[in-house]
Amino acid sequence: MLGYAGKILNVDLTTGKVHVEKLTEETAKKYIGGIGLGMKLYLSNSKAGVDPLSPENPLVLALGPVSGTMFPTGGNGHAFISKSPATNGVGEAVSHGTFGAELKRAGYDAVILTGKAEKPVYLWIDDDSVQLLDASQVWGKSPSETEDAIKTELGDYYVRVASIGLAGEKQSKIACIINDKTRAAGRTGLGAVMGSKNLKAIAVRGTHDIIVAKPEEFMEMVKEFHERMKGPAAQKYRTLGTPENLMIQNALYCMPTRNYNNAHFDNAEKVSGEALNERYIAKIIACNSCAMRCEHEAVIRDGPYKGTMARMEYDNLWALGPNCGVDKLDAIIKAAELCNYYGLDAQSAGVTVSFVMDCHEKGILTHEDLGGIDAHFGNADALIQLIEKIGNREGIGNMLADGVKAAAEKIGKNSAVLAQQIKGLEVTGYDLRCLKTAALGFAVSFRGADHNRSGAYAIDLKGKVDRLKAEKGRGKLVKDSEDLYALIDSLIICKNAKGTLYKEAADMAKLYSLVTGADMTAEELSLAGERIINLAKLINLREGLTREDDTLPWKVMNQPIPDDGPAKGAVVTEDELDLLLDDYYQARGWSVEGVPSKAKLQELGLEEFSKIIKEA
Amino acid sequence: MVKIHERKFVSADPEKCVGCQVCEYACSFTKEKAFNPLKSRIRVVRVNQLANMAVTCRLCEDPACVAACPRDALSQSTDTGNIVLDKDKCNGCGWCIEACDYGAIMLHPETKVVYVCDMCKEKPEGPQCVKWCPEEALTVVTSDVLAQKARLGAIKKLFQESKEKK
Repeated sequence: MLGYAGKILNVDLTTGKVHVEKLTEETAKKYIGGIGLGMKLYLSNSKAGVDPLSPENPLVLALGPVSGTMFPTGGNGHAFISKSPATNGVGEAVSHGTFGAELKRAGYDAVILTGKAEKPVYLWIDDDSVQLLDASQVWGKSPSETEDAIKTELGDYYVRVASIGLAGEKQSKIACIINDKTRAAGRTGLGAVMGSKNLKAIAVRGTHDIIVAKPEEFMEMVKEFHERMKGPAAQKYRTLGTPENLMIQNALYCMPTRNYNNAHFDNAEKVSGEALNERYIAKIIACNSCAMRCEHEAVIRDGPYKGTMARMEYDNLWALGPNCGVDKLDAIIKAAELCNYYGLDAQSAGVTVSFVMDCHEKGILTHEDLGGIDAHFGNADALIQLIEKIGNREGIGNMLADGVKAAAEKIGKNSAVLAQQIKGLEVTGYDLRCLKTAALGFAVSFRGADHNRSGAYAIDLKGKVDRLKAEKGRGKLVKDSEDLYALIDSLIICKNAKGTLYKEAADMAKLYSLVTGADMTAEELSLAGERIINLAKLINLREGLTREDDTLPWKVMNQPIPDDGPAKGAVVTEDELDLLLDDYYQARGWSVEGVPSKAKLQELGLEEFSKIIKEA
Repeated sequence: MVKIHERKFVSADPEKCVGCQVCEYACSFTKEKAFNPLKSRIRVVRVNQLANMAVTCRLCEDPACVAACPRDALSQSTDTGNIVLDKDKCNGCGWCIEACDYGAIMLHPETKVVYVCDMCKEKPEGPQCVKWCPEEALTVVTSDVLAQKARLGAIKKLFQESKEKK
């Protein structure tokens, strides 16, 4: 079967031993690739209850069947999968750029990293030659500096690198893994897993050809998608990019502001996508194989932050801006750059800062506790100081570097009600009190609070349902969207391009067939999506997560939106959450406790894991 | 003999190039039926996030690669200006690679002889990289056209600025 390299690379960092195993066609077709394949490999290669930061916890790097091809946005992705130190459940994060395509050309579909190196090392994958090299000279450096230094050391400018920064080295549970300088596998703290293995970076050079099963038809499909990407589905990404969301969500009063104290930011215009584009965006670039550039590079040309450069998206703009009450764009860009410098997930870092600000304003954390930082909402200097403390694990930063759940546990004083997290993962920029389909999507998301596990937020935002209402039927909507998103992350296609998949699963099935040569129908692929979600659920069940973990942050359920506007008074009650969860579990064919039945596992071909549900 | 201002080559506009490497895939697919940047006649350089540009053969007047070849394996077509390789004479020594200021001529990873853009001479519609570039950053130009574009840009800017000053 084409599309797959057919090989899985196993690297034991403790012994330095490397071996290659075969990826069977059956496994490939069943779990597709990306997060699907990665979670399958994780589950089969790990033990229940493993400490996420121990040598026994494998870190899996997986590609999709489309990786390395010319399919726009599909050629360039890769996914990291492990047990998350943030959630103690399944962690995964997808990134794009050039790294994934290079790894495919090196001849692998996945890499399984186990053990722990005695000293800092980096993994050098040069086609069939795989070595662990000394990383002492890059230890302590930022991902960007690390990338440059490794390219220089290896003497090849086209080597691709994914690495961790100081945050990952210090095992911060909000650390990410950055490739191509500005692209991050951001969520669930997988940078800490890499750091716990003393693995600073993965460098790749791949020289093999990538060929597809039906080249002529494949190129016709590529052409078709190039055309689609010139149209309305990609318009947003080519112009304002995701920061466009900021003014839209602000107008709908669904933009969490000042750590969910508000749902609307009065100064939104100062930090809007429009303002960003007009004043700071110097260039919009694209990942490998993409035909709809979207990566907005902000550059600060004067003032106190002169020389700063960062990629800006709605996510980091929101987290470091309105979420912290900060309305100074240049400071937000600086904070985003610092997140990249230290290798922090900017969303979790922003929510951690807003948590501190909330604690400070409510008298839970004093000036002295904070080492003199004046952590009031809106103080841009405090934002930057706190990110630096977190990145360095210095002073108060040491306690904050593991995210809000861990910080609240240490602080006590009922600060947990201010911690905006689900399953230990910090929230993202969608006010769940007035986006009730999204509230369900976030509650059940297997990796914790996140808008990238389903498009539930879009169902609310586009007005397909009454966003203020919790009602039956939302469960099925979330289920279908989750299955689709699981496929997108398994193939791997970029979610910014999902609007160009006019026929969703049918488009993806056609792509799969043309690339691999294996017949794949939309129905089979949709079933694979459902299989992948159930697989993730099995990992979480094995690790002890229950219905109680499918919940919402305290404020979402207890602090109604105060702002005058279309969402005033909105909150998700316990009854509403129960109704939504029951409806979702039913749509999934799971028990009221959220456990898949044996029949369901059989239907999905997951019988080999059925002993997990016995134990659960 | 081709006059220099008629010699056509592929040029990238750094303002428009986003570094997507679609040109590399289009080229390697056209020439080698595979997706592999190492077999592309056009290569993308990203110096940093702001500086992206695709580079390929500029079909120089008095090309340094031809002059540098000690085995007379390279010549320039008098009809098209294309750099032409005599595969039997090339031993892959790399002097031409060293001589080219643009890194546009490369050693092929499999054939072990050098390869360079031939403007997709077998394709009636011309270079495939230009056809596929999603940003329309690539164009087939002559030196004359480049000079015209530069002049036009400079003068437009001049008038725009004088207008703004008023």
